[in-house]
Amino acid sequence: MPSGRKLILCLAILGGLHFVIAGAGFFSPYDPTAQNRDWPYAPPMRLHWFDAAGHFHLRPFFYPLQLQEGAFNEYRQDTTHPVALSFFVTGARYRLLGIFPLRVHLFGAGDTPIFLLGSDSYGRDLFSRMLFGGQISLLAGLLATGLALSFGLLIGSLAAYLGGWRDETLMRLAELFLALPWLYLLFAIRAFLPLAVSPLQAFLLIVILIGTVGWARPARLIRSVVLSSKERDYVRAARGFGASGSYLLRRHILPETWSVVLTQAAILVPQYVLAEVTLSFLGLGVPEPVPSWGNLLSSLQQYSVLTSYWWMYLPSLAMVPFFVGYLVLASALQERAQGPKI
Amino acid sequence: MRYIFNRLVHAFFLLVGVSFLSFLFTTMAPGNYFDEMSLNPQISPETVAALRTQYGVDRPVLVRYGRWVASIAHGDLGFSFAYGSPAAPLLWARARNTLLLTSVATILTWLIALPLGIWSAENRGRLPDIAVTSATGLLLVIPDLLLALGLLLLAVRTGWFPTGGMVSVGFETLSSIGKMRDAILHMALPVTVLVLSALPILVRHVRAAMSEVLGAGYLRAAQAHGISRRTLLYRYALPAASHPLISLFGFSVGTLLSGSLIVEVVMSWPGLGPLLLEAILARDLYVVIGGVMLSTVFLVAGNLIADLILYWVDPRIRVA
Repeated sequence: MPSGRKLILCLAILGGLHFVIAGAGFFSPYDPTAQNRDWPYAPPMRLHWFDAAGHFHLRPFFYPLQLQEGAFNEYRQDTTHPVALSFFVTGARYRLLGIFPLRVHLFGAGDTPIFLLGSDSYGRDLFSRMLFGGQISLLAGLLATGLALSFGLLIGSLAAYLGGWRDETLMRLAELFLALPWLYLLFAIRAFLPLAVSPLQAFLLIVILIGTVGWARPARLIRSVVLSSKERDYVRAARGFGASGSYLLRRHILPETWSVVLTQAAILVPQYVLAEVTLSFLGLGVPEPVPSWGNLLSSLQQYSVLTSYWWMYLPSLAMVPFFVGYLVLASALQERAQGPKI
Repeated sequence: MRYIFNRLVHAFFLLVGVSFLSFLFTTMAPGNYFDEMSLNPQISPETVAALRTQYGVDRPVLVRYGRWVASIAHGDLGFSFAYGSPAAPLLWARARNTLLLTSVATILTWLIALPLGIWSAENRGRLPDIAVTSATGLLLVIPDLLLALGLLLLAVRTGWFPTGGMVSVGFETLSSIGKMRDAILHMALPVTVLVLSALPILVRHVRAAMSEVLGAGYLRAAQAHGISRRTLLYRYALPAASHPLISLFGFSVGTLLSGSLIVEVVMSWPGLGPLLLEAILARDLYVVIGGVMLSTVFLVAGNLIADLILYWVDPRIRVA
């Protein structure tokens, strides 16, 4: 496939995936923090198109769950009363993109709870939590990438432009950051920050933390690009005509770093999403009840959940298509930057 | 010799820099172990104050750094507030296990990555290459956290592997063969996760390095002389392609260390990872710093070993 078309296809798929997560309120049937204490650990429910007699139904239906006699978390399917899924139903309030107050949801089933991916110990719908969790994790990854790249751009171009002992100092510092296994570094800095914080504070903390720890690699790459473009003939010519340093940087040198920055972004976003996931999984990130892909997994640290409620693992698989998308995007961008391979 | 000396000096300054940086970060901390202790009604304020002065937590950062460096000379690496003992023995007991895990994983990863990458480069564009490339691509997008939890889920549901720790209860009573078997079974899962997460990058680099060399004229000449495929690949091509791979070895140690942090916590392997997490939650300052320092030492050591191998393999470095 030609790299241009590959790039567009990849961007379209990634855009679609992000669209679903951004519209989590609409695509999920419930509020992610709404508890159904009567339905703890409900297993995933399957949607059916063919009934027992083999007839096809255009509108998918499911069999509602019923609590087993004498058990608090064992269910059986009630196959005698199939419930059809309704679309564009009115349900819990939410704010689309955090702005528009709405109540319409893509699907629902009236009073019968539908748990496509099962429910957790409080009876919260894992499917809704997966979509809303994606908002937190992806936003953290994207913001942290933006932050790390801005730091990288600033420090990298400054180092290259100033040169001399200032360049030397900055690059030695970058080396220090690169010398540490970066997860340990993240942990160590997290250790010195307050532990009990509100979800919003924790979110900002993580974004700033990941962004600050990650500046070193982009800074080194950008420095090398700036160093080579600084000596181009047209830059020298512009300097000869009396162009100021900031004009040269803005007008001639920084545009050259654009493709490096884009490629780095595609590489860094999944890494930083994963950093958030890891921190939240270990209880050092975004706390309950706000869902994130990381703290959705953290219940798996209990042995009993691991043995009995395997579906708690399912929501985290949502990251995989995103990571595939970003990986392909990064390689497509790299190909474009290097020109066609021989 | 000069080259090795330079690398050693470089590593030394790196360690000093990292340790000073970590101490600088501690000044950002809004609270410490004793703040939480003073909330405990069973401990009198005088005791807390006495402990504070004893450990010097209120001193300026340079003084604390100086005392810490002095304690390294005693082989203590600072003091663990939570355990009430020097940090070094605690850290060392755990670091040994981390080292065991990562070194086994490193060796296995290279043993698998080399032949796989070479095989893939040799059959470039054909079925084996496509198979290897897509398999590594798939592994590349599955994070090690998911891999570890998935394998753990599998182990719990099938019962094929033990699900945590290094040895079973009653390990002492087993025969020596039983002990071996038990230890290997416990290591199987964490090592698998580490190998699978480090493998894709290595295989891709081996493939890239080998593909570059395989097109060279001297190899075609050697082939025309009737030298066997195996000799050609492993005696002629691999040494020529080895330079970037050896540098990669140092880098792979870092990836494995970070990966092992998560794997250890998930699979309750008694390594540095769980200790570090515990120390962070308890604000056990020196244990955190010690853990970070040890991991840096491992990483720097990995890079030094890579440099030494390069020195030994590549005459260009020895001359320059």
